[in-house]
Amino acid sequence: MKILVPVKRVIDYNVKPRVKADGSGVDLANVKMSMNPFDEIAVEEAIRIKEAGKAEEVIAVSIGPAKAQETLRTALAMGADRAILVETDDEVEPLGVAKILKAIAEEEEPGLVILGKQAIDDDSNQTGQMLAALMNRPQGTFANTVEIEGDSVTVKREIDGGLETVKLTMPAIVTTDLRLNEPRYASLPNIMKAKKKPLDTKNPADFGVDIAPRLKTTNVSEPPVRQAGEKVEDVDALVAKLKALGVA
Amino acid sequence: MAASNPGMDEDVFAQFLDQLDRYVRERLLPAEPDVIANDKVPDDILEEMKEMGLFGLTVPEEHGGAGLNTSQYAQVVYTMAYAAPAFRSIFSINVGMFNSALKNGGTPEQQAEWWPRIAGGEIACFGLTEPGSGSDSAAMQTTAKPDPDGNGWTLNGTKRYITNAPHADVALIMARTEKEALPKNAHVSAFLVPMDTPGVSTGSPDKKMGQAGAHIADVMLDDVHVPGDALLGGETGKGFRFAMMSLDNGRISVGAASAGYARRALDSALKYATERKAFGEPIANFQLIQQMLAESETEIYAAECMMRDVTARVDRGENTIRQAAAFKVFASEMCGRVMDRVVQIYGGAGYLAEYDAERFFRDARIYRIYEGTTQILQLQIAKHMLRDFQANV
Ligand SMILES: Cc1cc2nc3c(=O)[nH]c(=O)nc-3n(C[C@H](O)[C@H](O)[C@H](O)COP(=O)(O)OP(=O)(O)OC[C@H]3O[C@@H](n4cnc5c(N)ncnc54)[C@H](O)[C@@H]3O)c2cc1C
Repeated sequence: MKILVPVKRVIDYNVKPRVKADGSGVDLANVKMSMNPFDEIAVEEAIRIKEAGKAEEVIAVSIGPAKAQETLRTALAMGADRAILVETDDEVEPLGVAKILKAIAEEEEPGLVILGKQAIDDDSNQTGQMLAALMNRPQGTFANTVEIEGDSVTVKREIDGGLETVKLTMPAIVTTDLRLNEPRYASLPNIMKAKKKPLDTKNPADFGVDIAPRLKTTNVSEPPVRQAGEKVEDVDALVAKLKALGVA
Repeated sequence: MAASNPGMDEDVFAQFLDQLDRYVRERLLPAEPDVIANDKVPDDILEEMKEMGLFGLTVPEEHGGAGLNTSQYAQVVYTMAYAAPAFRSIFSINVGMFNSALKNGGTPEQQAEWWPRIAGGEIACFGLTEPGSGSDSAAMQTTAKPDPDGNGWTLNGTKRYITNAPHADVALIMARTEKEALPKNAHVSAFLVPMDTPGVSTGSPDKKMGQAGAHIADVMLDDVHVPGDALLGGETGKGFRFAMMSLDNGRISVGAASAGYARRALDSALKYATERKAFGEPIANFQLIQQMLAESETEIYAAECMMRDVTARVDRGENTIRQAAAFKVFASEMCGRVMDRVVQIYGGAGYLAEYDAERFFRDARIYRIYEGTTQILQLQIAKHMLRDFQANV
């Protein structure tokens, strides 16, 4: 079985993003970029499945600028076997990404596609679901555990009320939640080996799908600054304050 | 002049350094309280560090290592030094003095034997200092006597303050192979001694001022018999030269560690200064606090520049005895000054074990002492200055 793992190059989670002065988006100039943390969890899960002898090959794919190669190299260094870069400098929305992934999945025929539940830049939380719908395959989103048995995969999903267990017939789509695993750090020997692993570069045009954006960003602004709180002496003062604010 | 060393491919190295930086911040920093409370690097972290390849950074690629050159190696040390020193200390002898002695002095057979072992995570220690000789290391009393039948040596003596001795699998031991001191210290030879050789024992770890989790101990050699091929380079009389060539590398490592740890402490002071309030405002607003921050920043930057320069020179094959010593002196003394200011910025909290500043202060103190004290290195720098001057008049 093959596992396909899409990975996105995003602003590093430690970086405090800054909005461009003209409100057209987030300023990415000279900002540290890394693999989307949820995708790291997806890569880790795929490698663990392979290490457990339940998959033969892990293929990482990224849709993005030439620099997304670095992100793919990280996936290869973690243990993916080969990588595909679909190179584009345009912003590709979740639907466009899902269409390209569908085309790749039809070519590669993976038993599982494991994606991050969302990317930390736009927080869309859509690609996995759209891919499942386009391919007409079962989906297990927000995975907390992933268990493979024969030709089915059991996914414990994180839902508001706790955990929900679903059993999917493969091929299937899984999206990862934060607690699925703790991704490994790529070792130096593996980073060195990764350099020799194959990385194919393609264009969106190779897949003949329409990835034109459906949405238009009109304005991006910083979230409002949180006002400082106030300390009160006792419960009576608290109640008085709440009443004054009209919340009690 | 040695050949230049391009090291590992720059893009691969950049990727590794990025991973390492994350590893330090996400994994090592949160583990610091554990290291301090238990005076030990946790076993799982030790295993991870071995798997990551840290023990063989400088070992050539064809012998199981990563083949880093000196500037890459220094950057790794600098990055690791952001965390508690014990994490770096445990592999520092492998990638530093032991590796470079093996590189400079080892026979191809010795290299083929020991490089893969240390790159795989066997821990090395380096035995030069003795109870009666530190700065004056050539005055050592440990002896190595040849077997009457020819092919082997018997070692006797005590080595003191040996980093990692309690954990080591192998020691590089400097010993006298001649009774009388010879010119160029040719009375000293170096021996590769597995720590499980009969007659080798270690004392209990010494209690130290700082660097919890890093250990030193005596290594006692009591009629330790080693085969002829344990003699580094297969020749007597070269041990001291190998040791001194290794110290050059060790000095760069201590300089890099000083700069990295000073950076850590300054980051911590900067944060504290913006959070702590006095007279109704953050203490960072006061110009005398700002002066301490700015002086520290300036000095750390200077050390970082020296690090880049001296390591680039080493990688170009230049002789860097003077620069390596100057870098170590400046960076370690600078680190001491920064730690002192950091304690000051923390105020009373800086004196309490509960806050980081107190241990930064204690941990950094050794950097001015080992791998050549500041005084010994100053003497060396001046000696070279005067020698060059005299040669040119
Ligand atoms: C934590 C730790 C780890 C260590 N790890 C190792 C190790 O792994 N392997 C190893 O071999 N050694 C190791 N050492 C030993 C270390 O290298 C020595 O302690 C150091 O070289 C100083 O030697 P000493 O302690 O004998 O001091 P001394 O030589 O007794 O010096 C005492 C003082 O006199 C000064 N001094 C000495 N000679 C002169 C002079 N000619 N002019 C001016 N001033 C002078 C010195 O600068 C110093 O201030 C370690 C020490 C410590 C504390």
